[in-house]
Amino acid sequence: MTDTTQRVVRIANAQGFWGDSRLGPLRMAQEGPVDYLTFDYLAELSLSIMQKQKMRDPRAGYARDFIQVLESILPTCQQQGIRIIANAAGVNPEACRDAILQAVQRLGLSGIRVGVVSGDDILGELDALIASGETFTNLDSGESIDSVRERITSANVYIGAQPIVAALEQGADIVVTGRVADPSIVLAPLIHEFGWSMTDYDKLAAGTIMGHLVECGPQCTGGNFTDWHRVPDMATIGFPIVEACADGSFVVTKHEGTGGLVDTQTVTSQLLYELGDPENYLSPDCVADFTSIQIEQEGENRVRLSGIRGRAPTPTCKVSMSYSDGYKVLATLCIAGPDVVAKAQALAEIVFERLAMLDSPIPEENRFLELFGTNVLYQGIVPAAEAPHEILMRIGARSQDRRALSLLSAEIAPLLTSGPPGVTGYAGGRARPSEVVGYWPALVSRENVKTYVTVEEV
Amino acid sequence: MPRVQLGEIALARSGDKGNNSNIGVIARTPALYDFLKRELTSEIVKQLFREICKGEVTRYELPNLHSLNFVLRDSLGGGGTRSLITDPQGKVHGAALLHMELEVPTDLLP
Repeated sequence: MTDTTQRVVRIANAQGFWGDSRLGPLRMAQEGPVDYLTFDYLAELSLSIMQKQKMRDPRAGYARDFIQVLESILPTCQQQGIRIIANAAGVNPEACRDAILQAVQRLGLSGIRVGVVSGDDILGELDALIASGETFTNLDSGESIDSVRERITSANVYIGAQPIVAALEQGADIVVTGRVADPSIVLAPLIHEFGWSMTDYDKLAAGTIMGHLVECGPQCTGGNFTDWHRVPDMATIGFPIVEACADGSFVVTKHEGTGGLVDTQTVTSQLLYELGDPENYLSPDCVADFTSIQIEQEGENRVRLSGIRGRAPTPTCKVSMSYSDGYKVLATLCIAGPDVVAKAQALAEIVFERLAMLDSPIPEENRFLELFGTNVLYQGIVPAAEAPHEILMRIGARSQDRRALSLLSAEIAPLLTSGPPGVTGYAGGRARPSEVVGYWPALVSRENVKTYVTVEEV
Repeated sequence: MPRVQLGEIALARSGDKGNNSNIGVIARTPALYDFLKRELTSEIVKQLFREICKGEVTRYELPNLHSLNFVLRDSLGGGGTRSLITDPQGKVHGAALLHMELEVPTDLLP
């Protein structure tokens, strides 16, 4: 049985990704009890965007949205003693810290301790690390890094909970980090609050699974859920909160009065999200075993998870690198029937033939044509509807040559007057070629990872 | 035996990791988990997704959650920012799988 008098630590994730709804953070702080608010800003390729921003402006390169969010919630958080952990520092922790300090001053607040965790950014040390024997072989493809070395634009180690714990022990009210493993942001305050040992792997695995559950915000409270018609009031959907106990068991819930649904099915759905081998969920802190989770409905919108087991982490840490991989462009046109498919194919041929006439041929393997409305999402899975009356033609290409892609884009509008009839929906202007950022996952040995923690008061 | 869509007896969630997608399938009852463990093999999922998934399909079992997890390799048109397809993150792969039809003993239907 659960001891209801047991102390719980409440952690709420208020941000599932860079660009998530701004309604989340303030509501989380105001609408019910919370001890820690966490923010996840980093998808796989976010850091390469931030490196580019920093190259253009040495004061940029972190999640600037976080500063605005912070200004809106900080007075409430200070009043209620809510501490904040965010991987918002991107590739420019100093600039992020300065922006936070300025925000605190603008709000006229004082006595706030700001912790910064860095050391994840190894872009400047790649050559030295390679010289010392690190290979950075591509984890997915097994390719050697030599083929992309000159084009690498960001390289960040997924660091674990420990440096965040160190910042919290030094009294930080706000901790910002660069790349840390998403679940470590949630695990760290639990280690700090409950004094969990870094070798108590069952508890570390429990905290890791808590982090996994809440990292995509309302995807665990009824968002993106198969039985969506059962989910009440999605407009006011509550972000998830974990109420953690010292023994590693925890309840997933949401604030009273918010929309959404927390039941064993919504929570299980999120447990399975972006999951690989369930017995070997790797994090820098431990290996968590998802097949050990016991799950039960404890009350309305309250789901209890317990029994979680874990093992020691692997001797390596994951590194996420990005490299520039040429360009791509994608244009869309609406095609009306009859004969939508034949017309779209003719239009695509016309475009690529004209590009060849402009001395900018696109080789067959770099061309892209998708006829949305002809069953592209369920291709081969459900039978296609017979002859649709309208489709969206998505035409594009990849190339190392940006100019060729601009020409492709410019050849779309002329199709309306010089191709088959029934073509419309060209209103958004020319599509712009964009850079393709290649993703290069690799490993680095633990002893080559050094983290840094600073805490200062403003 | 009635022929029903997988969606009647299971729920699903899908997502991406690089150029691979995963589909978690949750049986609606414990008995349906045993049924799906027998019937919903990685071979069947690969056959169903043959035009979308260019690589292998691996299946993992989570009996504690009455769930199966399928990892579909090379199923996202290159993944990340490289892909030009409408669903480069496999967001709808789960919904696609739920369209699959199978014959289910009447007494197992929820």
